[in-house]
Amino acid sequence: MCVVCGCGNPGGPGPAGAVVDATTGDLHFGAGAARVSVPGMSQERAIKLEADVLGENDRYAARNREHFAAHGVTALNLVSSPGSGKTTLLCATIELLKRYEPELGVAVIEGDQQTTNDADRIRATGAAAVQVNTGKGCHLDAPMVEAAFAQLPMHGHAHHHHDPDRHEHNHEHDHDHEHGVQPQLLFIENVGNLVCPAMWDLGEQAKVVILSVTEGEDKPLKYPDMFAAATLMVLNKVDLLPHLDFDVARCIEYARRVNPSIEVLQVSATRRDGMNAWLDWLLARARAGTEARTCA
Amino acid sequence: MHEMSLAGGILKLVEDASRREGFGRVAQLRLEAGKLAGVELSALRFALQVVARGTCLEAAEIVIDEPPGQGWCVNCAQNVQVHERGQPCPQCGGWQLLTKGGDRLRVVDMQVVD
Repeated sequence: MCVVCGCGNPGGPGPAGAVVDATTGDLHFGAGAARVSVPGMSQERAIKLEADVLGENDRYAARNREHFAAHGVTALNLVSSPGSGKTTLLCATIELLKRYEPELGVAVIEGDQQTTNDADRIRATGAAAVQVNTGKGCHLDAPMVEAAFAQLPMHGHAHHHHDPDRHEHNHEHDHDHEHGVQPQLLFIENVGNLVCPAMWDLGEQAKVVILSVTEGEDKPLKYPDMFAAATLMVLNKVDLLPHLDFDVARCIEYARRVNPSIEVLQVSATRRDGMNAWLDWLLARARAGTEARTCA
Repeated sequence: MHEMSLAGGILKLVEDASRREGFGRVAQLRLEAGKLAGVELSALRFALQVVARGTCLEAAEIVIDEPPGQGWCVNCAQNVQVHERGQPCPQCGGWQLLTKGGDRLRVVDMQVVD
C-alpha cells in the first residue's frame, strides 16, 4: 500500500512483478524467469466467456484515467519507432515549458526494454522521471503505468489530507481538495515500437505518434494500427528535410487514410521549428483536462 | 511480439474460469480475432502453445474466428466492410472511414472436461 495516501499503488516495496531501484524508483519488469510481464498472470461442457482479452488491462487503464483526472494530470502516451527523437523532443519540450509555463508540473514515465539512459536524460532537465524496464516485453501496459505513477512526486503531492482507506477502496476520488488543482502534464514515453503499443490503453488522454522525416513517408500505411490509434502525429526532424526525399504532403495524406481525424504538427526538436504549435497543443490539452474535471 | 502478452491474457481468462467453474481441462477454446484487431494469428497460436504447457489449456483445440472489419463511410453515410486499415471505402473509394467493429480480440467460449 502507498505510504503517502494508502492507495493500492505501492510506493515502497516493489509492485507485483517489478524490481524497484531504491535510489531512483525506476521499475524493472521482466526481471523474472519469463522475461516478460503479463497483467494478472499467474464431463465435457460449454462455458461462455465473451470476454475481451485486453479487458484486464483496460480495467487498470480506466482506473489510471480516474486517478490522473483526480490529480489534475493530463497523460499523453508517446509512441514511435526507435530513433524518432522522442526523448530529444521531450527534453526540448520540458526546457521550454520550464520557462514558458513554470507553474505547470511535468513528469515522465520512460519505457524501454533496458537501461535507464532515457530517464537519466529527462532527470538532467530537472523534471521527475521514472524508468520502466520491460525486460523482453515490447510495450508498456496499464499496470506498469499505475506502478510507475505511484513513484512520481506528481502523484504524492496532492495526497496530504484525506482518508487513506477511502482512497484505496474507492477510486472514484471524491477528493475535497480538487478545486483549483494546478494542471500537470505526464508524458509516457512508450517502448520504441510502432506495432504493439497501439493495442494497450494506459489510461492516457491521447496517443501521440512521433514520426521522423528520416523514416519512410509511407510508415502510416505500413503500421496503420498505430496511426489509427493516435490523436496527433508529430513529424520530427523537419530541419533535415532539405537533405531528404521525404514528401510531407504525401505522408500526411497516408496518415489521414488510416485516420481521417488525425492532427499533424511539424517540428524540429533540435532547431525548435514548430515547437510553439506543439507547446500550444500540450497546454490546451492540459488546461482542458483540468477544466473538464473542475466543472464535473 | 505482443502475441505472447495476449496469450498470457487468454490463459488468465481461462484459468480464472477454471477456478470459478471447477473444470479439469479445456478441450476446445474459441477465440474471435477481428481483421482489424492487430493480431498475427500464427504468432498467437505459437504463443498459446508455449504458455499453455502444464496448464488446463494444454492440448486444447484452438478455434479462431476472424470477423471482417466494419467501417462507417462518411461519404456514403453507411456501414462498409474493411479488409485492412489503409484501404479505401469499397463503394466510393474515399478515405473517410471510421472503425465500427472487427477490431477486438475476445475469448468467446470453450468446451471443458471435468
